[in-house]
Amino acid sequence: MRFGVVRFPGSCDEADALAACRRVGEAEILWHGDRDLRGVDAVVIPGGFSYGDYLRVGAIARFSPVMESVTAFAGDGGPVLGICNGFQVLCEAGLLPGALLPNVGLRFLCRQLDVEVLDAGTAFTRACPPGDVLSIPAKHQAGRYHAPDEPRVVFRYAHDGNPNGSSNDIAGVANEAGNVVGLMPHPEHAVDALTGSTDGLKLFESALALART
Amino acid sequence: MRARVLIRPKAGILDPQGVAVERALPALGFTGVANVHVGRLIELDVEDPAQLEAMCEKLLANPLIEDYEIVDSGGGAAGA
Repeated sequence: MRFGVVRFPGSCDEADALAACRRVGEAEILWHGDRDLRGVDAVVIPGGFSYGDYLRVGAIARFSPVMESVTAFAGDGGPVLGICNGFQVLCEAGLLPGALLPNVGLRFLCRQLDVEVLDAGTAFTRACPPGDVLSIPAKHQAGRYHAPDEPRVVFRYAHDGNPNGSSNDIAGVANEAGNVVGLMPHPEHAVDALTGSTDGLKLFESALALART
Repeated sequence: MRARVLIRPKAGILDPQGVAVERALPALGFTGVANVHVGRLIELDVEDPAQLEAMCEKLLANPLIEDYEIVDSGGGAAGA
Protein backbone atom coordinates (compact mmCIF):
# COMPACT_ATOMS: atom_id res chain seq x y z
CA MET A 1 0.00 0.00 0.00
CA ARG A 2 1.49 3.31 -1.09
CA PHE A 3 0.14 6.74 -0.17
CA GLY A 4 0.84 9.96 -2.03
CA VAL A 5 0.77 13.21 -0.04
CA VAL A 6 0.32 16.35 -2.13
CA ARG A 7 2.54 19.34 -1.40
CA PHE A 8 1.24 22.77 -2.46
CA PRO A 9 3.07 26.06 -1.95
CA GLY A 10 1.97 26.87 1.61
CA SER A 11 1.23 23.31 2.75
CA CYS A 12 2.59 22.77 6.25
CA ASP A 13 1.33 19.40 7.46
CA GLU A 14 2.64 17.20 4.67
CA ALA A 15 5.54 15.91 6.77
CA ASP A 16 3.23 14.69 9.54
CA ALA A 17 0.83 13.23 6.96
CA LEU A 18 3.74 11.39 5.37
CA ALA A 19 4.85 10.07 8.77
CA ALA A 20 1.30 8.96 9.60
CA CYS A 21 0.96 7.11 6.27
CA ARG A 22 4.32 5.42 6.85
CA ARG A 23 2.99 3.87 10.06
CA VAL A 24 0.74 1.69 7.94
CA GLY A 25 2.47 1.56 4.55
CA GLU A 26 4.75 3.40 2.16
CA ALA A 27 4.33 7.06 1.31
CA GLU A 28 5.81 9.74 -0.89
CA ILE A 29 5.31 13.42 -1.64
CA LEU A 30 3.44 14.42 -4.80
CA TRP A 31 4.35 17.88 -6.11
CA HIS A 32 1.37 20.12 -6.94
CA GLY A 33 2.79 21.06 -10.34
CA ASP A 34 3.17 17.44 -11.41
CA ARG A 35 0.23 15.61 -12.97
CA ASP A 36 1.78 12.19 -12.35
CA LEU A 37 0.36 10.44 -9.27
CA ARG A 38 3.14 7.80 -9.61
CA GLY A 39 0.78 4.88 -9.21
CA VAL A 40 -0.07 5.51 -5.55
CA ASP A 41 -2.99 3.60 -4.00
CA ALA A 42 -4.36 6.53 -1.99
CA VAL A 43 -3.96 10.32 -2.00
CA VAL A 44 -3.80 12.62 1.02
CA ILE A 45 -4.33 16.38 0.61
CA PRO A 46 -2.70 17.78 3.74
CA GLY A 47 -3.32 20.83 5.88
CA GLY A 48 -1.68 24.21 5.65
CA PHE A 49 -2.29 27.45 3.83
CA SER A 50 -2.04 26.55 0.16
CA TYR A 51 -1.39 29.66 -1.95
CA GLY A 52 -1.60 31.75 1.20
CA ASP A 53 -5.36 31.12 1.44
CA TYR A 54 -5.66 33.97 -1.09
CA LEU A 55 -9.16 34.80 -2.32
CA ARG A 56 -10.79 31.95 -0.36
CA VAL A 57 -9.34 28.96 1.44
CA GLY A 58 -8.52 26.26 -1.11
CA ALA A 59 -9.71 28.37 -4.06
CA ILE A 60 -6.40 28.59 -5.95
CA ALA A 61 -5.00 25.16 -5.08
CA ARG A 62 -7.86 23.42 -6.84
CA PHE A 63 -6.44 24.66 -10.16
CA SER A 64 -3.05 22.99 -9.58
CA PRO A 65 -2.09 20.48 -12.27
CA VAL A 66 -2.04 17.66 -9.70
CA MET A 67 -5.72 18.27 -8.91
CA GLU A 68 -6.71 17.23 -12.45
CA SER A 69 -5.16 13.84 -11.77
CA VAL A 70 -6.61 13.66 -8.26
CA THR A 71 -10.07 14.36 -9.70
CA ALA A 72 -9.67 11.56 -12.25
CA PHE A 73 -8.28 9.24 -9.56
CA ALA A 74 -11.26 9.97 -7.29
CA GLY A 75 -13.64 9.46 -10.20
CA ASP A 76 -12.21 5.96 -10.67
CA GLY A 77 -12.94 5.19 -7.01
CA GLY A 78 -9.43 5.91 -5.68
CA PRO A 79 -9.34 6.80 -1.97
CA VAL A 80 -8.67 10.51 -1.33
CA LEU A 81 -8.40 12.08 2.14
CA GLY A 82 -8.47 15.84 2.63
CA ILE A 83 -7.37 17.16 6.01
CA CYS A 84 -8.14 20.74 7.07
CA ASN A 85 -6.88 22.86 4.16
CA GLY A 86 -7.06 19.65 2.12
CA PHE A 87 -10.76 19.39 3.00
CA GLN A 88 -11.21 23.00 1.88
CA VAL A 89 -9.42 22.25 -1.40
CA LEU A 90 -11.61 19.17 -2.08
CA CYS A 91 -14.76 21.25 -1.48
CA GLU A 92 -13.57 24.02 -3.81
CA ALA A 93 -12.69 21.35 -6.40
CA GLY A 94 -16.22 19.95 -6.20
CA LEU A 95 -14.99 16.51 -5.08
CA LEU A 96 -16.86 17.03 -1.82
CA PRO A 97 -20.12 18.94 -1.29
CA GLY A 98 -20.28 22.20 0.65
CA ALA A 99 -17.82 24.91 1.61
CA LEU A 100 -15.80 26.03 4.62
CA LEU A 101 -16.39 29.48 6.12
CA PRO A 102 -14.47 31.44 8.77
CA ASN A 103 -15.02 30.17 12.32
CA VAL A 104 -18.00 31.77 13.99
CA GLY A 105 -15.69 33.22 16.65
CA LEU A 106 -13.36 34.63 13.95
CA ARG A 107 -10.39 33.24 15.89
CA PHE A 108 -7.82 30.64 14.96
CA LEU A 109 -8.44 27.65 17.20
CA CYS A 110 -6.04 24.91 18.23
CA ARG A 111 -7.22 22.21 20.61
CA GLN A 112 -7.69 18.49 21.16
CA LEU A 113 -11.27 17.45 20.30
CA ASP A 114 -13.51 14.42 20.51
CA VAL A 115 -14.79 13.49 17.07
CA GLU A 116 -17.53 10.91 16.62
CA VAL A 117 -17.50 8.56 13.65
CA LEU A 118 -21.02 8.53 12.20
CA ASP A 119 -20.28 6.57 9.06
CA ALA A 120 -17.90 3.62 9.26
CA GLY A 121 -18.50 2.69 5.64
CA THR A 122 -16.07 5.08 3.94
CA ALA A 123 -12.57 4.39 2.63
CA PHE A 124 -11.07 6.11 5.67
CA THR A 125 -13.35 4.93 8.48
CA ARG A 126 -13.89 1.23 7.87
CA ALA A 127 -11.40 0.36 10.63
CA CYS A 128 -13.59 2.26 13.13
CA PRO A 129 -16.56 0.74 14.92
CA PRO A 130 -19.67 2.93 14.31
CA GLY A 131 -20.06 5.46 17.09
CA ASP A 132 -16.33 5.40 17.75
CA VAL A 133 -15.09 8.62 19.35
CA LEU A 134 -11.63 9.71 18.28
CA SER A 135 -9.46 12.15 20.23
CA ILE A 136 -7.67 14.23 17.60
CA PRO A 137 -6.54 17.86 17.44
CA ALA A 138 -8.04 20.61 15.30
CA LYS A 139 -6.29 23.84 14.29
CA HIS A 140 -7.95 26.16 11.84
CA GLN A 141 -9.54 29.54 11.21
CA ALA A 142 -12.01 28.53 8.49
CA GLY A 143 -13.65 25.34 9.65
CA ARG A 144 -17.31 26.29 9.67
CA TYR A 145 -18.73 23.71 7.29
CA HIS A 146 -21.69 24.88 5.26
CA ALA A 147 -23.76 22.13 3.66
CA PRO A 148 -26.16 23.13 0.91
CA ASP A 149 -27.97 19.77 0.78
CA GLU A 150 -27.81 16.63 2.87
CA PRO A 151 -24.17 15.56 2.73
CA ARG A 152 -22.83 12.14 3.69
CA VAL A 153 -21.69 13.06 7.19
CA VAL A 154 -18.73 11.00 8.40
CA PHE A 155 -17.48 12.88 11.47
CA ARG A 156 -19.27 15.03 14.02
CA TYR A 157 -17.89 17.05 16.94
CA ALA A 158 -18.93 15.07 20.01
CA HIS A 159 -20.24 16.26 23.39
CA ASP A 160 -21.57 19.60 22.05
CA GLY A 161 -17.94 20.49 21.37
CA ASN A 162 -18.45 22.22 18.04
CA PRO A 163 -15.56 24.71 17.96
CA ASN A 164 -16.37 26.63 14.76
CA GLY A 165 -20.15 26.83 14.28
CA SER A 166 -20.37 24.25 11.50
CA SER A 167 -23.87 23.16 10.49
CA ASN A 168 -25.13 20.14 12.48
CA ASP A 169 -21.76 19.90 14.28
CA ILE A 170 -20.27 18.43 11.11
CA ALA A 171 -16.51 17.83 11.32
CA GLY A 172 -16.11 15.82 8.12
CA VAL A 173 -18.02 14.48 5.11
CA ALA A 174 -17.62 12.05 2.23
CA ASN A 175 -18.74 11.98 -1.37
CA GLU A 176 -21.66 9.70 -2.20
CA ALA A 177 -19.40 6.78 -3.07
CA GLY A 178 -17.46 7.12 0.18
CA ASN A 179 -14.01 7.06 -1.42
CA VAL A 180 -13.39 10.80 -0.96
CA VAL A 181 -13.37 11.98 2.66
CA GLY A 182 -12.57 15.37 4.14
CA LEU A 183 -12.39 16.60 7.73
CA MET A 184 -11.19 19.65 9.63
CA PRO A 185 -9.47 17.86 12.58
CA HIS A 186 -5.99 16.43 12.02
CA PRO A 187 -5.72 12.63 12.31
CA GLU A 188 -2.09 12.81 11.15
CA HIS A 189 -1.20 14.66 14.37
CA ALA A 190 -2.68 11.86 16.51
CA VAL A 191 -0.60 8.81 15.59
CA ASP A 192 1.87 8.64 18.49
CA ALA A 193 1.16 8.17 22.21
CA LEU A 194 3.89 10.74 22.86
CA THR A 195 1.52 13.49 21.67
CA GLY A 196 -1.49 12.16 23.59
CA SER A 197 -3.50 10.01 21.18
CA THR A 198 -3.10 7.42 18.45
CA ASP A 199 -6.75 7.56 17.37
CA GLY A 200 -5.90 9.26 14.10
CA LEU A 201 -4.13 6.12 12.91
CA LYS A 202 -7.51 4.47 12.35
CA LEU A 203 -8.13 6.60 9.26
CA PHE A 204 -4.89 5.44 7.67
CA GLU A 205 -5.47 1.84 8.75
CA SER A 206 -8.89 2.04 7.10
CA ALA A 207 -7.29 2.84 3.77
CA LEU A 208 -4.93 -0.08 4.26
CA ALA A 209 -7.83 -2.42 5.03
CA LEU A 210 -9.49 -1.24 1.83
CA ALA A 211 -6.37 -1.95 -0.21
CA ARG A 212 -6.25 -5.52 1.11
CA THR A 213 -9.84 -6.39 0.21
CA MET B 1 -12.87 47.89 -19.36
CA ARG B 2 -12.03 48.47 -15.73
CA ALA B 3 -14.45 46.24 -13.86
CA ARG B 4 -15.27 45.83 -10.23
CA VAL B 5 -16.72 42.69 -8.76
CA LEU B 6 -18.48 43.00 -5.42
CA ILE B 7 -18.67 39.80 -3.44
CA ARG B 8 -20.79 39.46 -0.36
CA PRO B 9 -21.86 36.62 1.92
CA LYS B 10 -25.06 34.97 0.71
CA ALA B 11 -28.19 36.02 2.54
CA GLY B 12 -29.01 33.62 5.35
CA ILE B 13 -25.41 32.57 5.93
CA LEU B 14 -24.04 33.88 9.22
CA ASP B 15 -21.51 36.65 8.65
CA PRO B 16 -19.50 36.92 11.87
CA GLN B 17 -17.36 39.75 10.46
CA GLY B 18 -20.45 41.83 9.82
CA VAL B 19 -21.73 41.07 13.31
CA ALA B 20 -18.40 42.11 14.84
CA VAL B 21 -18.41 45.42 12.97
CA GLU B 22 -22.05 46.04 13.83
CA ARG B 23 -21.26 45.56 17.51
CA ALA B 24 -18.14 47.74 17.37
CA LEU B 25 -19.81 50.84 15.88
CA PRO B 26 -22.09 51.65 18.86
CA ALA B 27 -19.05 51.31 21.12
CA LEU B 28 -17.61 54.28 19.22
CA GLY B 29 -20.79 56.27 19.55
CA PHE B 30 -22.29 55.52 16.11
CA THR B 31 -25.91 54.58 16.57
CA GLY B 32 -28.67 53.50 14.21
CA VAL B 33 -26.54 50.98 12.30
CA ALA B 34 -28.01 47.61 11.27
CA ASN B 35 -27.50 44.75 8.81
CA VAL B 36 -23.74 45.16 8.42
CA HIS B 37 -22.13 42.69 6.03
CA VAL B 38 -18.47 42.46 5.12
CA GLY B 39 -17.56 41.27 1.64
CA ARG B 40 -14.73 42.04 -0.74
CA LEU B 41 -14.03 44.08 -3.84
CA ILE B 42 -12.05 42.79 -6.81
CA GLU B 43 -10.94 45.32 -9.43
CA LEU B 44 -9.65 44.15 -12.78
CA ASP B 45 -8.98 45.32 -16.31
CA VAL B 46 -10.69 42.99 -18.79
CA GLU B 47 -10.61 43.02 -22.57
CA ASP B 48 -13.79 40.97 -22.83
CA PRO B 49 -16.32 41.89 -20.13
CA ALA B 50 -18.55 39.06 -21.34
CA GLN B 51 -16.17 36.68 -19.57
CA LEU B 52 -16.66 38.28 -16.17
CA GLU B 53 -19.66 36.20 -15.24
CA ALA B 54 -17.79 32.95 -15.91
CA MET B 55 -14.79 34.27 -13.95
CA CYS B 56 -17.06 34.91 -11.00
CA GLU B 57 -18.70 31.49 -11.20
CA LYS B 58 -15.42 29.59 -11.52
CA LEU B 59 -13.01 31.47 -9.30
CA LEU B 60 -13.75 34.97 -8.00
CA ALA B 61 -16.76 33.89 -5.94
CA ASN B 62 -18.02 30.61 -4.54
CA PRO B 63 -21.71 30.72 -5.53
CA LEU B 64 -22.51 28.25 -2.77
CA ILE B 65 -21.73 30.79 -0.06
CA GLU B 66 -21.33 34.12 -1.85
CA ASP B 67 -23.29 36.44 -4.12
CA TYR B 68 -21.45 38.54 -6.66
CA GLU B 69 -22.29 41.70 -8.53
CA ILE B 70 -20.37 42.95 -11.54
CA VAL B 71 -20.15 46.72 -11.77
CA ASP B 72 -18.29 48.97 -14.20
CA SER B 73 -15.99 51.43 -12.53
CA GLY B 74 -14.96 53.16 -15.78
CA GLY B 75 -16.83 55.04 -18.49
CA GLY B 76 -18.68 52.22 -20.24
CA ALA B 77 -22.05 50.67 -19.53
CA ALA B 78 -22.50 48.55 -16.43
CA GLY B 79 -21.75 44.87 -16.90
CA ALA B 80 -24.54 43.08 -15.12
